[in-house]
Amino acid sequence: MAPRDSGPRGLDRALPVWIGTALALVVLMGLPLGWLAHMSVSGESGYTLARYRDVFADPALQKALWNTVVLSFWVGVASVAVGAPLAWLTARTDVPGRGLIRGLVLASFVTPPFLGAFAWVMLAGPNAGYLNRLWRAVTGVEAPLVNIFTMPGLIFVVTIYTFPYVYIMVANTLALIASDMEEAGAILGAGRLWVALTITFPMVLPALVSGFILSVLQALALFGSPAILALPAGFHTITTQIWSLFQFPPKVEMAAAFSVPLLLATIVLLWLQKRLLGRRGYAAVGGKGGRRRVIPLGPWRYPALGACLVVMAAAIFLPYGILAKAAFSKAWAQPLTWDNLTLGNFAFTFFQYSATRDAVVNTLELGLLTATVGAGLVALLAYIASRRLVFGYQVVAFLALVPVVIPGVVLAVALFIAYTRPPFVLYGTLWILFIAYLTKEMPVGYAQSDATFRGIPPDLEDAGRILGAGRLRVLGDITGPLARSGVIAAWCFIFIGVIRELSASIILFTPNTKVMSVVLFDLKEEGQFGAIAVLGLLMLALTFATVTLVQAVLGHDVLGARD
Amino acid sequence: MPCRALALLLAAVLALLSPAPAAAQAPPAAAPASVLEAAKKEGKVVWYTSLALPSAEKVAKLFEAAYPGIKVEVNRTGSQRILQRVMQELQANIKNVDVIHTSDAGHFVLLKDKKLLARHVPAGVDVFPAGFKDKDGYYFGLRATLNVIAYNTQKVTAAEAPKTWKDLLDPKWKGKLVTAHPGYSGVISTHVLALVHLYGWEYFQQLAKNSVMLVQSAVDPSGVVASGERPVAVNGGEYTFYQARKKGNPVEIVYPKEGVPLVVSPSAIAAFAPHPNAARLFTDFSFTKDVQQVMADSEGLYSGHPEVKYPADKPKLGDLKLLAPDPEELEKRSEEIKKRFVEFFGA
Repeated sequence: MAPRDSGPRGLDRALPVWIGTALALVVLMGLPLGWLAHMSVSGESGYTLARYRDVFADPALQKALWNTVVLSFWVGVASVAVGAPLAWLTARTDVPGRGLIRGLVLASFVTPPFLGAFAWVMLAGPNAGYLNRLWRAVTGVEAPLVNIFTMPGLIFVVTIYTFPYVYIMVANTLALIASDMEEAGAILGAGRLWVALTITFPMVLPALVSGFILSVLQALALFGSPAILALPAGFHTITTQIWSLFQFPPKVEMAAAFSVPLLLATIVLLWLQKRLLGRRGYAAVGGKGGRRRVIPLGPWRYPALGACLVVMAAAIFLPYGILAKAAFSKAWAQPLTWDNLTLGNFAFTFFQYSATRDAVVNTLELGLLTATVGAGLVALLAYIASRRLVFGYQVVAFLALVPVVIPGVVLAVALFIAYTRPPFVLYGTLWILFIAYLTKEMPVGYAQSDATFRGIPPDLEDAGRILGAGRLRVLGDITGPLARSGVIAAWCFIFIGVIRELSASIILFTPNTKVMSVVLFDLKEEGQFGAIAVLGLLMLALTFATVTLVQAVLGHDVLGARD
Repeated sequence: MPCRALALLLAAVLALLSPAPAAAQAPPAAAPASVLEAAKKEGKVVWYTSLALPSAEKVAKLFEAAYPGIKVEVNRTGSQRILQRVMQELQANIKNVDVIHTSDAGHFVLLKDKKLLARHVPAGVDVFPAGFKDKDGYYFGLRATLNVIAYNTQKVTAAEAPKTWKDLLDPKWKGKLVTAHPGYSGVISTHVLALVHLYGWEYFQQLAKNSVMLVQSAVDPSGVVASGERPVAVNGGEYTFYQARKKGNPVEIVYPKEGVPLVVSPSAIAAFAPHPNAARLFTDFSFTKDVQQVMADSEGLYSGHPEVKYPADKPKLGDLKLLAPDPEELEKRSEEIKKRFVEFFGA
């Protein structure tokens, strides 16, 4: 493709806009990361690696590192084990209720993992947990069936909200593979299973590995679920350990040094993923055209549906059910009888607890502001990069995607260091949260916008420009309207990301800048399950309202490709 | 006759509906008019408190009813988090808090040393016993609670229930205990220090062998025991267990005869308080006999006020052997307490 717009053919009067946006991005990313690096190697007299030595020599921190490795690895494995078959079933077979399953995967995708963790404490606490009480009542066996306050318990809870990453990658890949080769295999006499193993599986392998890596990254960066499930069991992960380093007297330098391994692990994993996807050389993948034949499951239809519903029960039905029950009961562990029924939790949460209102207002303000500014910013950035409007546009694309490698806790440590000192003292205001959210949610918005602009051929813009319109005018009148639904999708992703954000907020909030997730976390420390349930359901309602609204505008679901 | 009955009924209904008990309606006379005027202008008071959330909100609502136009912003979290917040905010030059209230008396030694407290003697506090008063007038014990053992009566009979701190070390309790965290709660750090005095660190080392469930706040064990998730709490604020029992939960409280830590939770005004007058008004109000009586009645707390009457189903402090660690020592050993606890219990 000829670089149509790279030459200074006539002066682009909008050039300051492009350059300003790009520079803002450089500052946004450079400032916190620079401070983080600086802090991790600064000692009383000059630079030192002592912090790193302290970090790696401390047995408690070593344990936290190891726990994180165990957690993320098994979450990756389990997410593939759950997500891939589910994707295959819904994309390729005649399992009944495919639309329903897809909808439920979406619900699991947008459920804040820490809410799921709260719910599973009530479901699978070894003694009071509902499932264990049921088990005891049915079998009479005293020992609990499941104990959620263990490493396997934690892996389980993280997995049921992480497998959608594998599902999306695999389902979208399957949707792009025509059935021709599979049919050829079948004609040559291979059985269904053999076809699946030798033909379909190799083609989706890159998607599987990619989904595995994404799941590992999710588990690596998660703060809420380990804080809720690992701390009562007496163990730390990297994220909870970094957070506890902020307790008085705060050891910010230690936190900075401990953040760097997490950052490096994320970078390495993403680099791996890129290499794997970059080598995707199968001519059969990625083509449109070609039909996808539905594989009849025969007698296995209903067992397959049953298996899907078991997964959904774990991720959606049971947790949402117990949250709803806790919201309406005086004592969550007692049966829901007339005696135990109350609206008191709602009254307390909304009318007596003075933090709720401010937190809801703060959250919505930040959500709307970040989503709106963010969607605008990523659209501009994607436009700049895809139309090569400034020198170094590749750097722009790179920087917009960089935050993906920064876990929330690490980002928070970096922002805390950067914005508690001149020239920008933002700690204590909503602005520091705004910057955190904007930075953290930028990659997902950028990826969406980038795909959008790549899908709009520049010819129309050229036509507009030949007729004498400037770039900004063309952007507003021609490209903008065409990019509308893509920008709306980016807005939606950012908004949902913001209202559930916990891992950065928990370090950056101050009492007058509390957000909903932080209030939920406060309530958890006091064991106020009724109020947690009420506020959690409100958060879920906000999320689903947004998703539904945006899907209505987009005309398809936000999980992506669908055949 | 029916008329009078109706009137009585109406009065009863009105009393039920009115937001605050009548006792707290009249503002105490202590505050000078100038302070009241200035406080009204300030419009609010920001309270960092470690008092259990529902209790804290109750005190705040009482104040708001007594002084319309002045809001109380309740920020409830654990004692250690409150100190962390205060220090972290100061470092960033944020002046947000007016009144600081935690259950770690050591905090106030530290804050006073750093000149971060304003001197203010609440009206009428002179009748409080010495253990509730800073001799220089910077901080005063707003409330007190005992740190106790508690158990779920549906899971544990009174006969098998632990009677002493040492009983908790019995291996039969393995997997059945819950503890709150001294790195979060001031009640618990006081408790840990008191028991270290009695039995040394060895006690906690052995206790940890019983795979104790770890929660954060001293408020949380009462919920864990009430739900039956763990049948026995090895510590926790007595008032939270008392409230749980009063609500009908199957919770019973044990006051070990070796001694019960008495945790006096001080309150002080920040030297840099952005609403200093409202802070003074709120502090004076919270130390009045009426409010102290409310905390003793509905919240189950102990008070330094000698005239406060306690519910009949609460033990008299005089009947218990009390353990009261020295705030200065608590301040000095705070790091050691957190560190060793984490070493034994894992997180």
